[in-house]
Amino acid sequence: MPLETPAPAVNHAENIIELDHASFSYGGRPVLEDVSLAVHRGDYLGIVGGNGAGKTTLIKIVLGLLRPTSGAVRLFGQDVPAFKDWSRLGYVPQKATNFDANFPATVEEVALMGRYGRRGLLRFVTRADKEETRRALEQVGLWQERGRLIGDLSGGQQQRVFIARALAGGPEALILDEPTVGVERGVAGEFYALLKRLNEELRLTVVLVTHDIDRMAHQAMHVACVDKTLFYHRSVDEYFRKTHTATHPHDHPSATPGGEL
Amino acid sequence: MLDLFRYGFAVRGMEAGMVVALVAPLIGTFLVLRRYSLIADTLANVSLAGITLGLLLGINPILAALVTTAAASLGIERLRLSKRIYGESSLALFCSGSLALATILLSVGRGFNTNLFNYLFGSIVTVTQKDVDTILILAAVVTGALALFYKELVYVTFDEESAQVSGLPVNRLNMLLIVLSALTITLSIPIIGVLLIAALVVIPVVAALQLRRGFAATLLWAEAISLFSVVTGMLASFYLNLSSGGTIVLVMLGVFLVLLPFGKSSGDQPAA
Repeated sequence: MPLETPAPAVNHAENIIELDHASFSYGGRPVLEDVSLAVHRGDYLGIVGGNGAGKTTLIKIVLGLLRPTSGAVRLFGQDVPAFKDWSRLGYVPQKATNFDANFPATVEEVALMGRYGRRGLLRFVTRADKEETRRALEQVGLWQERGRLIGDLSGGQQQRVFIARALAGGPEALILDEPTVGVERGVAGEFYALLKRLNEELRLTVVLVTHDIDRMAHQAMHVACVDKTLFYHRSVDEYFRKTHTATHPHDHPSATPGGEL
Repeated sequence: MLDLFRYGFAVRGMEAGMVVALVAPLIGTFLVLRRYSLIADTLANVSLAGITLGLLLGINPILAALVTTAAASLGIERLRLSKRIYGESSLALFCSGSLALATILLSVGRGFNTNLFNYLFGSIVTVTQKDVDTILILAAVVTGALALFYKELVYVTFDEESAQVSGLPVNRLNMLLIVLSALTITLSIPIIGVLLIAALVVIPVVAALQLRRGFAATLLWAEAISLFSVVTGMLASFYLNLSSGGTIVLVMLGVFLVLLPFGKSSGDQPAA
C-alpha cells in the first residue's frame, strides 16, 4: 500500500541519527575529527568520501560497532551504548566484502535473517516472520527467486536481497555501506530508484555511504562529504553549485566522484 | 547377516555410532562455513591429552577429555577475541601444546598403550554401556542447544557484522558454538578415534555442499551422508575386521567423490 501522502516528507523535529562532536582515532592516529550530524525522519542523506576518508569508520560508529573516542552518538534520541532497539535500523552491508558466494543459503533464508533480531533469542520463527519476509522480497521484486541460492544471483539481485533482509525487520531507517560496489554498471541506476521509492513511499529514512557521488547525488536530498571531518551537510543542489564553481581547494575535498563504478 | 546383533558390544557400538553420526554434521556445518574446520583437529588433540590424563589418574577418560576440551575451547576463543595473536596461531598453540602434554603423560604411564590405541583410532569393541550413556547425554545437550540458537547461529555464520548490528550477542554465540564443538568432539572419540574426528565433522558437510542447496537442506543432506557412512562403515568394519574409524572415513570420502561432479558447474548455471 503505497502512501500517497504529500510532503512534508521530512520531520525535522525528530532526529533518527545524531552525531555530536564525535571523533575517533585508531592507535593515536585520528580517523574522524569532530563530526556533527543530524539525520531527521524521512531524510535521504548521501555521505561521500574517498578511500581512507573515514566513511566506514563513520558507519561503524553509527551502528555501535565502534565507540567514538570522544563525542556522542544518539539513535532515536538514545545514546548508542544504551540503545537496545536495533530492529528500528536496517543495515545493508557492502556486498562485495561481506559475503561468501558459495554459502548454502536460499534467497528466502537470507531475507528471513532480517527477522531474527526482532524475534529475540530462544524464540522460533513464526508464520508472521515468513509473511514479513515475503512482503520484503516482493518489495524488491525477488519473491519469485526465493528458492534460488544467493550465490547464483547477479550482483544487483544479491544487493536487493540484502535490502529485503533489512526491510524484513520492519526498520524505520536504512543504512547502506557502499551498496553499489560489485553491482553491474547498468543496474546501479535501478538500485537507486528502488531506494528513492522506499524513501518516498514507505517514508524510510535512508543514509547511504558511497564513493559513487555523481549517481547518488541526483537521488539524495542531502549530501555530506567526509574527509576526516564532515565538510558539507546541505542540499544536493547547493552541493553541485558549490563543487562546480569551486576554485578554492578547501571547498572541494578529496572525494573521488564517479570512482570505480 | 544379523549375526552382528547377537553381540552386545556390536549393538552398543552401532547405537553410539548412529548418535555420533547425527550430531557431528550439525556442528560441522557451522564450523565448515565459518572456516573453523581446524578447530575440530585442535580440540581432538586436546581431547587426547585429556584421555591420557584420565587413564593416568584412573578416571573415566571420556569425562577427562570432556573437561579438557571444554576448557581449551574457551581458552582458544578468548585468545582469538583478544586479537593479540592471529586466530590460526592460537589453534596451532593449542594443537601442539596438547599433543606435547599427551606424549609426556604417555611416557609417565607406560602401562596403557593398548587402551590408548582404541582411543586413537576408534573401535566399536571398546564402547562400554557407560560410554553410550555419556554419548547420549552429550548428544542431547548439543542438539538441544543448536535447536534453541539455530537461527542466531545461521545469521552469525552468514554475516557476523549484520548479525551484530541487528542486536544478536555475537561473541557469546561464537563461544557457544566452540563449546558445543568441544562436546561433539568428545562424544565422537570412542567411535571414530581422536585422529579421525575432524573427518567426521567436516567431510559429510563438504560432501553435502556439493549439492548446492539452501542451508536447511544442506544440513539434512549432511545428516543423511553421515548416517549412511557411519552405518555402512561400521558394518564393513565388523565383517571385514577393520578399524571402524578408518572404514567410516573412507566411506565418507567415497560419498564425497561421488558427489563432487555435482558441485562443479555452479558458476555458470543458467538463470532459472
